[in-house]
Amino acid sequence: MSSSSHTAQVGSFPVKRGLAEMLKGGVIMDVVTPGQAKIAEDAGACAVMALERVPADIRKDGGVARMSDPDMIEGIKAAVTIPVMAKARIGHFVEAQILQALGVDFIDESEVLTPADEAHHIDKYKFTTPFVCGATNLGEALRRISEGAALIRSKGEAGTGNVVEAVRHLRSILGDIKKIGSADSAELFEWAKRLQAPLSLVQEIAETGKLPVPLFCAGGLATPADAALAMQLGAESVFVGSGIFKSDNPAARAKAIVEATTHYMDAKILAKVSAGLGAPMTGIGMDEINQRYAERGW
Amino acid sequence: MNARATIGVLALQGAFDAHVQHLNALDTDVRLVKTESDLQAVNGLVIPGGESTTMSNLLVASGLGKTLTKKIDAGFPVFGTCAGMIMMAHSIIDGRPDQIVLNAMDIQVRRNGYGRQNDSFEQDIDIKSFDTPFHALFIRAPIIEKVGDDVEVFSTVNGHPVLVRQGTALASSFHPELVPDLRVHEIFISIVHESNSSQVR
Repeated sequence: MSSSSHTAQVGSFPVKRGLAEMLKGGVIMDVVTPGQAKIAEDAGACAVMALERVPADIRKDGGVARMSDPDMIEGIKAAVTIPVMAKARIGHFVEAQILQALGVDFIDESEVLTPADEAHHIDKYKFTTPFVCGATNLGEALRRISEGAALIRSKGEAGTGNVVEAVRHLRSILGDIKKIGSADSAELFEWAKRLQAPLSLVQEIAETGKLPVPLFCAGGLATPADAALAMQLGAESVFVGSGIFKSDNPAARAKAIVEATTHYMDAKILAKVSAGLGAPMTGIGMDEINQRYAERGW
Repeated sequence: MNARATIGVLALQGAFDAHVQHLNALDTDVRLVKTESDLQAVNGLVIPGGESTTMSNLLVASGLGKTLTKKIDAGFPVFGTCAGMIMMAHSIIDGRPDQIVLNAMDIQVRRNGYGRQNDSFEQDIDIKSFDTPFHALFIRAPIIEKVGDDVEVFSTVNGHPVLVRQGTALASSFHPELVPDLRVHEIFISIVHESNSSQVR
């Protein structure tokens, strides 16, 4: 019965993807301090995203947004028992190396930070830590997966409190997956060309009817109803950034969004958890912003 | 007598979908469990991997936790993987103090005992009664630190049990739902069928 003859392998793709599977049906919350991380964990977050400013503040303050201070990440890791994610700039493989050395559980190669490379994303196969990447459409999602991403999140428009872009990106990704599902084998070559994505991944989608890694939703979610909307549209989990800690009552709102993500099909429960949360973050319209983060990444 | 059993999969958070696919592949009737009425309609329950603290909160908020504890005390079959196993333990080390303890088996479990994600691993393990090794994924996995006398150990890794059974409760620290191999799920289905037919009699 001894298993000593079998060797263990760390950092393989199935092991990375495995953690993404564990995060399904949950809420990943942006936090900027250990105290916020505690509130998130208390509310039932399945993971926290450590960053130095929430997207709404990055948007307001401007300047270059970078990886967080390692001290802050260590503080957040020490404060909670759930997985801790952290963001690296697009293409900034050294920030990613640092995050891996810090022992974060997931690295988000994120358009919310200022990109470090205008042509290349990180070769994510070089890392044992899993990566999540944003995508606005299926082609972008498949390019990130071909670079080794273990999880895709639709980008939405971070820091706006406006769900419209998240809905657009989710519908685009899932809509194309549906169309590929009904395409014949000859059409798949054209799909691969149009999406600028590897043919093998397009063929895999045609066979399975879904993305090869889990698909979560991010960018602009601010209410329990927003979270349930993303889930009903087909997201498998949600990221909530500024929406929680820029609202009147973060603890109550966080808990309500967690419950809404679980019971996303049950309008009675959604009504109950949506009540009495105080004001959500104010939010902004898409025609009021001058920088679309979703356009970052290639 | 072979009454058709329905197996529930707790669907509050985590990798419940992968369990559903495995149970479907084994031609069982499956129902997602999110509410009390779901729970009353099933003959056994899979508690999936995910975050045990998240599921614990949701078990309390939905009132499912109390009902489930009562059912487990009365012999209701449960199968927990990873976080599910943590919740089934009689005691948890490195958990949160307010975390729910279902006490379905006499095991003591250390949460994230194998470390963070960079320590997560896959490897073949030998399981008692299986002819060939089983490929196991350990994701931020809990370690079973102690088992009671009535707990049967089916497999160990580095001296720690990783697949255990006590009565109608089955638990693994790894993720059989993430590999195509259906053999561990078959064990649970036979536990449910045994329990179901003995109740019908």
